[in-house]
Amino acid sequence: MDCIRFTLNGRVVEERSVPPTLTLLQYLRYTQGLTGTKEGCAEGDCGACTVAILDADAQGGPAWRAVNSCLVLLPMLQGKQVVSVEGIAQGGAPHPAQESLVQALGSQCGYCTPGVVMSMFEACYRKDLDQPWKLDDQMCGNLCRCTGYRPIKDATKQVAGTLPDDKFRVALKDAPRADMKLSYQAGAQRYFTPTTVEELGARLAEHPEARIVCGGTDVSLEVTKRYQELPLVISVEGVPELRRMEKLSDGTVRIGATATLSDVEAFTEMPLPPVHRMLRYFASRQIKNRGTVGGNLCNASPIGDMAPVLLSLDASVELTSRNGTRRVPLKEFFLSYRKTALQKGEFLSAVLVPPIPSDARASAYKVSKRRELDISAVAAGFLVRVDGGGLVVEARLGFGGMAATPARARQTEAALVGKPWNEQTVEEAALLLDKDFAPISDHRGSSWYRATVAKNLLRGFFVETQKDPVPALPQRPTATVQLEQV
Amino acid sequence: MGESPMSQSPLHRPALHESAYRHVSGAALYVDDLPPPKGMLHGQVLSSPVARGRIKQLDVSGARAIPGVLAVLTAQDIPGHNQIGPALPDEPLLAENEVFCVGQAVALVVAETPEACRKALAAVKVEYEELKPILTIPEAEAANAFIGAPHVIRRGDVDAAFKDAALILEGESECGGQDHFYLETHAALATPLENGTWHIVSSTQHPSEVQAKVAEILHTPRSAVVVECPRMGGGFGGKETQAAHFAALAALGAHHTRRPVKVWLNRDQDMITTGKRHPFLTRYRAAFAADGTILGLRARVTANGGWSADLSLAILDRALFHIDNCYYLPAVHLEGYVARTNLPSNTAFRGFGGPQGMLVIEEIMSRAAERLKLDPAELRRRNFYGDAPRNVAPYTQVVKDNRMPRICDELLASSEYTKRKAAVEQFNATHKHVKRGIAFSPVKFGISFTMTMLNQAGALVLVYADGSVQMNHGGTEMGQGLHSKMLAVCAHELGVPVESIRVMNTATDKVPNTSATAASSGSDLNGQAVKEACHTIRERMRPIAAKLLGLHNGDADKIVFENGRVFLPGTDKETTFEKVAAAAYVAQVSLSSTGYYRTPGIGYDRAAGKGTPFYYFAYGAAVCEVELNALTGEHRVLRADVLHDVGDSLIPTIDRGQVEGAFIQGLGWLTCEEVLFDAKGRLLTHSPSTYKIPAVGEAPEDFRVSLLERAPQDGVIHGSKAVGEPPLMLAIGVIGALRHAVGAFADAGTEVELRLPATPESILRAVEHAKATRVAKTAARPSTVVAAT
Repeated sequence: MDCIRFTLNGRVVEERSVPPTLTLLQYLRYTQGLTGTKEGCAEGDCGACTVAILDADAQGGPAWRAVNSCLVLLPMLQGKQVVSVEGIAQGGAPHPAQESLVQALGSQCGYCTPGVVMSMFEACYRKDLDQPWKLDDQMCGNLCRCTGYRPIKDATKQVAGTLPDDKFRVALKDAPRADMKLSYQAGAQRYFTPTTVEELGARLAEHPEARIVCGGTDVSLEVTKRYQELPLVISVEGVPELRRMEKLSDGTVRIGATATLSDVEAFTEMPLPPVHRMLRYFASRQIKNRGTVGGNLCNASPIGDMAPVLLSLDASVELTSRNGTRRVPLKEFFLSYRKTALQKGEFLSAVLVPPIPSDARASAYKVSKRRELDISAVAAGFLVRVDGGGLVVEARLGFGGMAATPARARQTEAALVGKPWNEQTVEEAALLLDKDFAPISDHRGSSWYRATVAKNLLRGFFVETQKDPVPALPQRPTATVQLEQV
Repeated sequence: MGESPMSQSPLHRPALHESAYRHVSGAALYVDDLPPPKGMLHGQVLSSPVARGRIKQLDVSGARAIPGVLAVLTAQDIPGHNQIGPALPDEPLLAENEVFCVGQAVALVVAETPEACRKALAAVKVEYEELKPILTIPEAEAANAFIGAPHVIRRGDVDAAFKDAALILEGESECGGQDHFYLETHAALATPLENGTWHIVSSTQHPSEVQAKVAEILHTPRSAVVVECPRMGGGFGGKETQAAHFAALAALGAHHTRRPVKVWLNRDQDMITTGKRHPFLTRYRAAFAADGTILGLRARVTANGGWSADLSLAILDRALFHIDNCYYLPAVHLEGYVARTNLPSNTAFRGFGGPQGMLVIEEIMSRAAERLKLDPAELRRRNFYGDAPRNVAPYTQVVKDNRMPRICDELLASSEYTKRKAAVEQFNATHKHVKRGIAFSPVKFGISFTMTMLNQAGALVLVYADGSVQMNHGGTEMGQGLHSKMLAVCAHELGVPVESIRVMNTATDKVPNTSATAASSGSDLNGQAVKEACHTIRERMRPIAAKLLGLHNGDADKIVFENGRVFLPGTDKETTFEKVAAAAYVAQVSLSSTGYYRTPGIGYDRAAGKGTPFYYFAYGAAVCEVELNALTGEHRVLRADVLHDVGDSLIPTIDRGQVEGAFIQGLGWLTCEEVLFDAKGRLLTHSPSTYKIPAVGEAPEDFRVSLLERAPQDGVIHGSKAVGEPPLMLAIGVIGALRHAVGAFADAGTEVELRLPATPESILRAVEHAKATRVAKTAARPSTVVAAT
């Protein structure tokens, strides 16, 4: 049996007997006595527990990534480097992220502060923080109840992308990709991280009852909120080829199931603007740094935000097992509430997204109580193709939050096809959404709100795509749908 | 400047937060960060899953048998009084026979690990007979369920005011609760010491009350209990009274096991079991003259208190004291009630009822402006307090030093309100689905605990023979920068560098009988006490210094203590504070002193509804601009300009942080933070995945905060003013701006119906309502009457 082995603040640690469901946060605070990292919620929604992990970026090169340590199970660190807030000062001098936050008076009570510092730490070494919205995105996973954020924004702006000349920058040059291979057991709990597709298929065939995990942004909640033990876990994170993203010769974008949402966000900006747009207000940076496309789809939540936009783009999923690979259209993947077409022993290996046709209007929307770091009341992805004569030839309207699974609005789609693409058509079709869906009322929104917004999003889509058929979001949008730019 | 500062004094200068470097390095210690004492156990609370019921059976035997479990304790295991209510004795620490809200503590399990605690919690057998809970204010009214006596404030002839009115508004104004969402949840660690004494570390704004409650629960004198607060990861009122529960439970567990016990709540437990900001329901009738002057107000103000009194009565009082905001109300009849419901006991939250009261009059002013088609800022200005007789609050306090007219003039000019309002109107005329709004919003906030006796504070300053200093004061640090300010006061008064002073953890064995760090009073009260203690020591050191410098006694008064130097100006006679301290020790002069302060000249008679509850008023105002989208109801604050009065700021950088942070916290309460219970009284929004406080994107992109200049406040520490709570209410300007934007979908003269919090759904409903009025052109709302004139 292997031991869990990783580097913590420059020092190698090995653990042989801790439960594999021990979170990094618990380990830091109560095993290592590193109490700088705080627990604010144990569900990845406040950021007080943020630490940095040396991970790979979309191109496979090393990158520092801020993550919620409350959702990282210890085996997920196998072979990796972890830095906590205690580990970033050098030679007694505060790290630039720390110094700029001090000088900006960016801490008041100080409890969110270590997490804020570690998100700023990632920002220091990112080369792509070239737009104001990206700074907001970088910091939106750190809730602060005291400062009102102005000083935190100022401090972040000051250090973002500065690439301090230090050991953390050096690490970006020569860090080899972590070998995550692990076969671990403590008591009755087992945790396997295979590193090849074959080995993964074999493990799953051997243990079809195992929980499959990757970033853990959802599965870990069963540990931190519901105190489940998860007797047998198989991680798909260790297989490098599952993380690859590429554009195939026919223009199809193939996204590996374990590509992180951060990587997907960076990769899709050009080829798939609706996906990129949906990812803007998808989750916090920390969650995007761990969450994956495969996880978001396999979770099969009715409010998973990736599904609606991928449904509208007519994506399909590649399902792999020891016996081979099959391809399933995404629209056939969701069977019922939290149930998918995945069979025992099978894992989702990739998502395939065909190119957006040149005659298409396409966009994606998400409405939630808070713009950032919230779960949608309604999410939608729309693609409508209009021929040279102005008639709709195809309409794909994917919705989340409207039914027990993410779903297409079939009757509404049918009402669009063959009609002229104009306000009247949209108005008539929109009313059919009430036939397609009967949404529930909950704390995120009433049934009235969901139904009304669903219709309004279609109306807004029509208006918005008049000027630009595949529109991008502005820097600081007032709303998910952009109607009248000034 | 209130007093002429010495050139090297840290007063009135920018400074960093005193703990900033420890915050950013992770070295700052909070209760749960302390190294566990030997043998420490964990305590977890079994809380009621039902909102109202009788306990038919409570069997802890199975739980006690679980390995690692040392105790499972119920009400009968409490050696002293099973009573934790801070104001009225209506709140048992552990339930006896009945439960009154979901989350009420029923039993405490104490075990070696949190896992064993959880197993024990699951093994306790409790059977409840569920009763129908009272959850809302109307339900409580129907059941005649109230806490305490009503509070009535009357002045003038209200009926006559309505006879003369050109406009009468009548309606209901509602606001929701708010979870404190301090990032650090409740935590306490109780350690039994020898001879029946106790050391309690608690994340509390009120160590003395924790001490008193622990003593009562354990049936021991307060002198046997030392309570220490290292710092809090946020408080906001949520740790004013309700920290005592968890400290008392930890102490109870430690009492029975003779081992240290830590009680720490996870986020869900914290949100489910503790009280929040009070929701309020106000039924009002207001009379206006045609020029927008308010003539009279009748209001029945009711707070949802939850299941026990906690501080609800004082919170209600403050709501009534702020229903005037900064407006002169010639005739008023106000009645205030606290509804007793089956929710967790609602408690102090930054503003303490003030925001809820102020919202009522601000809604009325907005509606009046909408109906009369007057500029809302102008209508407000016409109603400001002025010269006698328009300078008396409804509760008879004279409004002195009224800075609102000045603030209003300066802010409307600096924010270019008139020009920008015209631009907003222009924008709205040319945009169909997107509208903007801009609004001016003033705040006047009374400073002092309205329970007069609480306005006292103490300090203990210790100078060591090497010149280093320990400073103790009765206030607690929750991030607001109180310690930073006290350091500045202490350094100024002793004439030493800030770096040579150590602020000690707040502890009840240093300063006894303290009040909560609350009511924005921390630096006002403790600052004076620190100043007095330092003054005493410095004056004792003066003759020693004179002797060291070889001066005549007559020159001793001219010696200056400044930044570690002790010298006679204009001469080369100079020594150091360190040397004077050493010499004082040798000369057998005491180098420690207490300091004490009580606020003079205030008092209030609740039965009569008359008095002077406040030492002074703090002022501020905001101009906010928003943009909203009529398809989704989403909005964004485009710009906020704030001008706030903190007197002669003790530390301007700290005060700016208070203003900005309070604004965003108020914004959260009014827009995205929605506390929702189900029909059985169970909280639906008990973690950040469902309860949304503002994130970084909610902060206005353009946020211009200024402190009022040349504005010293007489009689307050170094001319400063309290800052903690008042700026929270500046965010009401965002609601005004949203009303303006929503109103753009209706015809002029239409009242906007915007429910709070203004979530996207609420805004969308308001927009739909506004559009409908344009379409339907119905007669006046049934609840609104235009008087025949």
